[in-house]
Amino acid sequence: MSGSALLSLDRLAVTLPGGVPVIHDATLHVEPGEIVGIAGESGSGKSLTAAALLNLLPAGSRVTGGATFAGEDLLGLDRAGWRRIRGAGISMVFQDPTAALHPMLPIGRQLTEHMRRHLGLSRSDARARAVELLDQVRIPDPQRTLRSYPHQFSGGMRQRVAIAIALACRPKLLIADEPTTALDVTVQAGILALLSRLRDETGLSVLFITHDLGVLSALTSRTYVFYAGRVMETGPTGALLSTPRHPYTAALLGARPHGAAGVGSLRPIPGSPVVPGQAPPGCPFAPRCDFATADCTSAPPEPAPIGTDRLSACPVAPELEVTP
Amino acid sequence: MTATTTAAAGTRPAARRPRVPNLVRFLGKRVAITIGLLWGVTVVTFALVHVVPGDAATANLSEQALNDPAVVAAYRAKWGLDQPIWQQYLHYLGNLLHGDLGTSQQTGRPVLTDLVQYVPATLELAVPSMILALVVGTAVGMLAAVRHGRASDQVVRVGSLLGLSTPPFWLSLVVLYLFFYLLGVSPSGGRLSPQFAPPPSVTGMYTVDAALAGQWAAAWDAVQHLVLPVLVLTCLTVATLIRFVRSAMLEVLQQDYIRAAYAKGLPTRTVLGRHLLRAGLVPVITVSGLAFASLLSGTVLVENIFGWPGLGQYAFRSATGLDLPSILGVSLFVALVYTGVNLLVDLLYGLIDPRIRLS
Repeated sequence: MSGSALLSLDRLAVTLPGGVPVIHDATLHVEPGEIVGIAGESGSGKSLTAAALLNLLPAGSRVTGGATFAGEDLLGLDRAGWRRIRGAGISMVFQDPTAALHPMLPIGRQLTEHMRRHLGLSRSDARARAVELLDQVRIPDPQRTLRSYPHQFSGGMRQRVAIAIALACRPKLLIADEPTTALDVTVQAGILALLSRLRDETGLSVLFITHDLGVLSALTSRTYVFYAGRVMETGPTGALLSTPRHPYTAALLGARPHGAAGVGSLRPIPGSPVVPGQAPPGCPFAPRCDFATADCTSAPPEPAPIGTDRLSACPVAPELEVTP
Repeated sequence: MTATTTAAAGTRPAARRPRVPNLVRFLGKRVAITIGLLWGVTVVTFALVHVVPGDAATANLSEQALNDPAVVAAYRAKWGLDQPIWQQYLHYLGNLLHGDLGTSQQTGRPVLTDLVQYVPATLELAVPSMILALVVGTAVGMLAAVRHGRASDQVVRVGSLLGLSTPPFWLSLVVLYLFFYLLGVSPSGGRLSPQFAPPPSVTGMYTVDAALAGQWAAAWDAVQHLVLPVLVLTCLTVATLIRFVRSAMLEVLQQDYIRAAYAKGLPTRTVLGRHLLRAGLVPVITVSGLAFASLLSGTVLVENIFGWPGLGQYAFRSATGLDLPSILGVSLFVALVYTGVNLLVDLLYGLIDPRIRLS
């Protein structure tokens, strides 16, 4: 792993209170100015990874392994350290902007309260920057927006406000947890373009979490595919989507409607996702996998390199010839 | 640029215009509902008093007087009890429309005069109790929610359950035994010690009136008399409030916007004091209307035990004496207070939650 990475996770493992392991050995890195995708079904641990990066896991959770952000060991931070990182180092955009914005506080308040704290701005300077930010995320009439409340805006506009809030303290890394899932398709495209533009303009890194593989190809350079709290496959997004090297990635692609092919061509993945804490001893995908052998059920396979820039946690990956 | 500003300037007054008529229409509707409600209260109370076995004459006249049919007949004629019930009712309603609440059979004074005397005494108990209960209930309920599942939360939960299951009359007797009999730090009851004369009446509340008249010793004495009954009434109300606030705050704590507030790097006190409290207050305000209702009914018992000459005692005596005009007067007053509190709750809603304000 390169030493210049902005964020790097080294065999990160998360156990929720009650001893339920939800993330196993997640190794991941994000370079400065890079947009990286995390893909997976619900329950795959992708949102919990995001929560772990901001210390927002339920109280009593245990995090082990390594997590380094901008040269700083995240797992060794105290409360004050986390307050410094949150918002100003790493910030987050949530899935549903309606739920993530406080319904009873004016947008101006929500946009400036952490700026005054992190950046030490005066009230008027913070408001001036808030206007700039709203302009940057293309919200018309910023002055009036500051006095408005979230319910006065559409879903897409609310998500733009949420992004402005996340960017307010000039973070280096933005975690976007399914930021377009709750939005109309036409609005989605606008948000994706916005994130891409912000990266170009400010050198922001983005960790983009989604279950929608189609969104990834347009936005991300590399993608990690999560299943049952493990990284199944990783590589450049284009190559990963065109020639998946893990049966799970292939299955995800097969379950996705695309092109002119009718509903008849959709292949649902047989079986159901693993319940956290009840993963089989071997590869968690083995019970649903067409290629599973006896070896797959003994121990979880380690991610192994394929070519120069890809990893797959599947022993049959090198010979795998699957068409998405 | 100019196009957008003019558009914005053009839409704003247009969006604002219906707001005032909305409020007027809202208030008008509430007043109409209140009038209907008060009328319903007169009907139901009238019917109930007549359904209850017993007779005003038997309740109020002495044994000896009851043996003399002429006295009983005179009593009935004096209070109009010899007329058919519908005539009595119409007579009462007619007087009511002219602002006449009738005369109390118990005190022989106009019911309105009685109310003016007794209501301030009860308000002097109820208002501080309510304020204390709201402050303590919100703070403790919030603390329990934030420390969910930990020892302090368990203590609060058990404590509020105890408070809920403690009968107010029992609690009144216990605190009297403790603070009056054993410790001797509190007066036994009443509103003022005998060495003080009631202060000149302005508000009817002794503490306020004595302070207004500059009689500081009397004001302090009145405050000392307030402590125990206010304590009992607060305990009665605060237990319900704590449980409600706790569950309301727990729900808010699950919300994404609380996580988002933490994710922004805000310190815990800002997240709790601004984000959590603001959202949690809406359900708290709702239940405080109900809590005020239970507080008012609690005053009946508490006033009787503490010898507090307030509305609760007046209501109790009127009910046992089947004193119809007083019962009606108290019922109407209480109904009016309820609707007033509910109206206040609805208006506060709009003040706190902008989503309600506009719709």
